[in-house]
Amino acid sequence: MTVASSPPSRLPVRDIEGTQPKPRTREKRERDGGGRGDGALAALFIAPAMLGFLVFLLWPTLRGIYLSFTRFNLLTPAEWVGLDNYVRMVKDPIFWDSLTVTVEYVFINIGIQTVSALAIAVLLQRLTQSAILRGVVLTPYLMSNVVAGIVWLWMLDTQLGIGNEIIAGLGFDRIPFLADETWAIPTIAVINVWRHVGYTALLLFAGLQAIPNDMYEAAKVDGAGEWRMFWRITMPLLRPVLAVVLIMTVIGSFQVFDTVAVTTAGGPANATNVLQYYIYGAAFGRFQFGYASAMSVALLVVLSAITFVQYRLTRAGQTDLG
Amino acid sequence: MRIRTRTVVALTGVLALSLVTGCAQGGAAGSGSNTVTYWLWDANQMPAYQACAKGFQKQNPGLKVKITQMGWADYWTKLTASFIAGTEPDVFTDHIQKFGQFADLNVLEPLDDLGIDNSAYQPGLAANWTGQDGHRYGAPKDWDTVALMYNKKMVKDAGLSASELNGLAWNPKDGGTFEKTIAHLTVDTKGKRGDEPGFDKNNVKVYGLATGGAGDSDGQTTWSPFTGSAGWNYTDKARWGSKYQYDSKTFQTVVDWYFGLAKKGYLAPFTDYTDGANPANAQVASGRAATSFDGAWMISTYYDTKGLDVGTAPTPTGPTGKRATMMNGLADSITKNAPNKAGAKKWVQYLASNECQKTVGSYGIVFPATPEGTQAAVAAYKKKDIDVSAFTEPVTDKKDSTTFSFPITDYAADVYSLVRPAMQDVYANDAPVGDLTKTNDQVNFILGQ
Repeated sequence: MTVASSPPSRLPVRDIEGTQPKPRTREKRERDGGGRGDGALAALFIAPAMLGFLVFLLWPTLRGIYLSFTRFNLLTPAEWVGLDNYVRMVKDPIFWDSLTVTVEYVFINIGIQTVSALAIAVLLQRLTQSAILRGVVLTPYLMSNVVAGIVWLWMLDTQLGIGNEIIAGLGFDRIPFLADETWAIPTIAVINVWRHVGYTALLLFAGLQAIPNDMYEAAKVDGAGEWRMFWRITMPLLRPVLAVVLIMTVIGSFQVFDTVAVTTAGGPANATNVLQYYIYGAAFGRFQFGYASAMSVALLVVLSAITFVQYRLTRAGQTDLG
Repeated sequence: MRIRTRTVVALTGVLALSLVTGCAQGGAAGSGSNTVTYWLWDANQMPAYQACAKGFQKQNPGLKVKITQMGWADYWTKLTASFIAGTEPDVFTDHIQKFGQFADLNVLEPLDDLGIDNSAYQPGLAANWTGQDGHRYGAPKDWDTVALMYNKKMVKDAGLSASELNGLAWNPKDGGTFEKTIAHLTVDTKGKRGDEPGFDKNNVKVYGLATGGAGDSDGQTTWSPFTGSAGWNYTDKARWGSKYQYDSKTFQTVVDWYFGLAKKGYLAPFTDYTDGANPANAQVASGRAATSFDGAWMISTYYDTKGLDVGTAPTPTGPTGKRATMMNGLADSITKNAPNKAGAKKWVQYLASNECQKTVGSYGIVFPATPEGTQAAVAAYKKKDIDVSAFTEPVTDKKDSTTFSFPITDYAADVYSLVRPAMQDVYANDAPVGDLTKTNDQVNFILGQ
């Protein structure tokens, strides 16, 4: 994350408006409503979300962790087996292979997606304010993942797909996009970039909107070009938003499932057997909910660690603005 | 503020209540005591079973059969989910591949009291549905075999006759007349046939044989006609074996030869195959392949393809001197927690009866399990001008043909998930066939648990 450590620009960013970060004092907290006796109402408003959190997030997580120490087929009572599932996981070559495949996918997917989304967001901000264009960018995201997967499967089919018809028409060899072990993961990664890039771009675009326009004007007065303004103003000030977007998209990317399920079903020869798909197969195909839970816990640990490191490295909680 | 708080509480309460009652209603739908719910996956068979249901309802006034059809993949996902959620159908169409797992999970109702007589059905069909505990869990419904489907025009253009295709033989050394034939049916982009000098195997226009993928753990419509006629069987015992035999020299030699046909350019490559988009019949329909091995359940699909004149030939004779095909039989099973068990038993008894099976046969879409049902189907196909002897002869002609069953063992889902990628590795990535020995060890390790 070199973005975070870009050198201080010659533009006096912090002093432009002459403001300093405001400390949250006790008076401010009271002004915001604390100590006015509205606690009960606040609790009431929080209650639905809290109920949802407890029922749909906390309880399943705790139960999942418990099940990871059991042998469980969902239809007969769970049987405590201690660390057996974890020992099996460490020794399972398919699990490690599946983790490698997933990491490969995440790198390709996030790499291409972040760069493209940033480019689209900056272009949207600097060139046009058209709401229609913003809508168009978001269109693929509105499509169901499964539908998108099926459409791409058909378009990229080696023999019948229009994509390969065009490639063959141009005189090149047909490319088995989803049927070849080298091509399959990059293809799925790009299909998902296509689907998610608009949404990511829109999040970044919202972050860009928060950057005061007068900074760009001041920079222009000082003779800075678009390229220089991008690296000296946009990137440093977008950093917290970019960091949060990266954390969110990396988590989402690690959980890739539907596109794989629809297009390759983990094949050929496990080349696209991403972790979520392997977990799903173990649970709902082979009824090994204990082992599947253990792998899910492993994924949870990996994602928590990655998120923590990303958060620290990108200083996502701090802003350079104001 | 107070009033507003109260309003919010009231609204939340109403919302919560409506959600709860909504769920309850959803769960109880369609499970009345006079309704029997029945699931099947083949849309082609829906009208035939609706006709059966009519007959059943006439004989059992007050009982109503509600049939639900879902595609193959969704079918098993939903069935699994329904067992977990307690919303299972009373009766469902069952497949041997899933039988072991369902028996393990203890979700099937024993059907011993239905009085199913093994001899009333085509050989082997009824016996396959007996569990390791000796109880019956399925009533025989229909059966299918595999044959060679071919594009009549391409065969004629190649100077071949129907009788030549009916008399094919193969061996793992030089492939025999079968390999010669598919080589001759293969044409490259310059018009050269696969058995002509100068044939370009990297630029093939029409493959002699369509690909059906790597065949998973059963090879039903891919390698199994060959492994079967070479004398190999999946497991050490016909039913509920404890060891798979993918490590056998015979098996590996045959598989090596079979996938080797792709390297020679006669069998379409693995990359031509996609489950959803481009199965074997689509390759034949699009003119990409001249022949394909396919199951009896696909007969109507092939014959209904516009612009395609189809012929059928039995599977080729192998080193054992016999032709071989899988003969797979479906059954109807009752779920252990069926809401209407009494009605379900009556319905399954009717489904297994000659009366219903003759009705189903008369639609000419599938071969029912009773001999009379099969005859009705053969007659119905004949009416549509379809000769199905390539599919029926293996069952009747025991001198020249042999049939084998889908493997029935425990842990079928685990076997599938291990063997499927291993077979794909051999076909798609040229992995040495000897690697299957390691996979077989893993499979047998699981079975030995």
